[in-house]
Amino acid sequence: MSSDGTMRSGRSQRYLASLWKHTFLIVGVVLVLMPLYFTLITAFKTQENYSLDKSGFPNPIYTGNIETALRGGRFFMWFKNSVILAGGSVLLSTAVSALAAFAFARMRFRFRNTLLAVVTALMIIPPVVMLIPLFLLLTVMNMTSTYWGAILVYAGLVTPFSVYMLTNFFKTIPFEIVESALLDGASSFDILVKILMPLSGPAVVTMIVVNMLWVWNDLLVALVLLPQDDLRPLMVGITVFGSRYNSDVPVAMMGMLMASIPMLLLYLFGQRYFIQGLVAGAVKG
Amino acid sequence: MLRTHKITPWLYLTPMLLVLLFAFAYPLISIFNFSTRRIRGASGPFIGLENYRQVFKDNVFHEAVSHNLILLLAVPIMVIISILVAVVLYERVTGWRVYRSTLFIPYILAVPVIGVVFSNLLQLNGILNETLRNFGLGGVALDWIGNPRMTLWSVMGVIIWREVGFGIVLFLARLLSINEELIDAGKVDGANWWQRLWYVIIPQLRSVIEFYVVISVITILAWIFSYIYTISRGGPGNATQIMELYIFNFAFRNQLPGIASAVAVILFLVTLVLIVPIVRYRSGSELEEMA
Repeated sequence: MSSDGTMRSGRSQRYLASLWKHTFLIVGVVLVLMPLYFTLITAFKTQENYSLDKSGFPNPIYTGNIETALRGGRFFMWFKNSVILAGGSVLLSTAVSALAAFAFARMRFRFRNTLLAVVTALMIIPPVVMLIPLFLLLTVMNMTSTYWGAILVYAGLVTPFSVYMLTNFFKTIPFEIVESALLDGASSFDILVKILMPLSGPAVVTMIVVNMLWVWNDLLVALVLLPQDDLRPLMVGITVFGSRYNSDVPVAMMGMLMASIPMLLLYLFGQRYFIQGLVAGAVKG
Repeated sequence: MLRTHKITPWLYLTPMLLVLLFAFAYPLISIFNFSTRRIRGASGPFIGLENYRQVFKDNVFHEAVSHNLILLLAVPIMVIISILVAVVLYERVTGWRVYRSTLFIPYILAVPVIGVVFSNLLQLNGILNETLRNFGLGGVALDWIGNPRMTLWSVMGVIIWREVGFGIVLFLARLLSINEELIDAGKVDGANWWQRLWYVIIPQLRSVIEFYVVISVITILAWIFSYIYTISRGGPGNATQIMELYIFNFAFRNQLPGIASAVAVILFLVTLVLIVPIVRYRSGSELEEMA
């Protein structure tokens, strides 16, 4: 009898505890999703529907905001600019960082550890500190308002993270693999391109995701270096867009929704790269 | 280690060094130089510490600094929330992966998008207040971003809303990587949940917590431009003025890069101090890896 009693109370206690935990987490989930839900319902309302009923479900569901937001093709232009900037800078930074990481991970040279520590530390310096000289330098070089100027700056700013991440990953690849390639007469460059890079697939993808996200989400650098509307990336574009449609909230919200869809889709399918990548700087593995 | 010619490693390092020279070394040296000059166009006469004197005299700068400092209150709040959530998730409540993925969503959204969305939601007659009124909570339907006394707190709320996801995932990743027996040991000697949290789990997380605190402090002092720019542009008045926006405005709106550089130098020195514990933490974890 008594043992049955304690068992039951143990079970109900556990049940109660898990109920508390779920309540706690659900409150968190609601707080996270609420703004997203509001964005979603507002994006499908007419201006009139919105002013009459802000918190209700759209009635009827109105898709005209998509058209309004896309009018004039500027949305696609900003989007294209973001793709060029993120793609170009990540490509450049990955190439440069792979070469350097190879040296850090597999070669012996003076000041290796000091140099790596300095490069790693650069990750934390906020871009606003570098921006004034970069702007003046690019002005002198006639490279403000060009893709190339901005790509160079972005590539530079994300390189410390790329080097850090690739160095750590290259170190984990067993040396025997490298050794056997050496015996086959491979050069050091062959080893990097044919062995280390292919074996680092997931780490490289993770690094690319994080860097893309960084460049894609940047507002400050683009605001300064690419003031011309036809070169603006998406984030600057939507900031301008948001203030233009200040009075037409549904169109503004539709714009924000469309701007987030690519990243949300990527997250849905490549979640582990996002999660791994964004904690990579902090927790090994 | 590969046996290479003495010069080979440097050949591999050269492209990176050039890129970093352009993006970091040159700018960091230049701001010190610029901060001592009255810059017009690309250069100007040397004026010693005059720019710094101007900055320290400026009330707007004082406000900017004090706002950055007030926002630091977000750090302990984020630490507490993310530890609690991470620990609950670690205990493998049903569906913990789904919870984790959902709670991480804000962190992958772009800050400018979040800023524009919240600046709409938080209007006096915006969706949030309308919803509160519908639930009979009209009394707390405040002027979130229109009232200068409220705006900074609203911005802090938005920052917490997004950045806390990173803390959760970070702490959870750490918990999953430590030996489960260490944590289960607490269960055996009958410690309750809070005791286990305090005496077993938090000591295990100590180094990650330190890391997260430092990262968050740096974020709040120097990486929140996008929030401010999209939510309030530093307003109403200077109610949400911060150091980054101060630099931005002086350099690119008021055309006084000398003054802006002086503030950039100050901000750089502050981050430099904060970098030390991070580098130490990183090299610590590398040592662990080798052991």
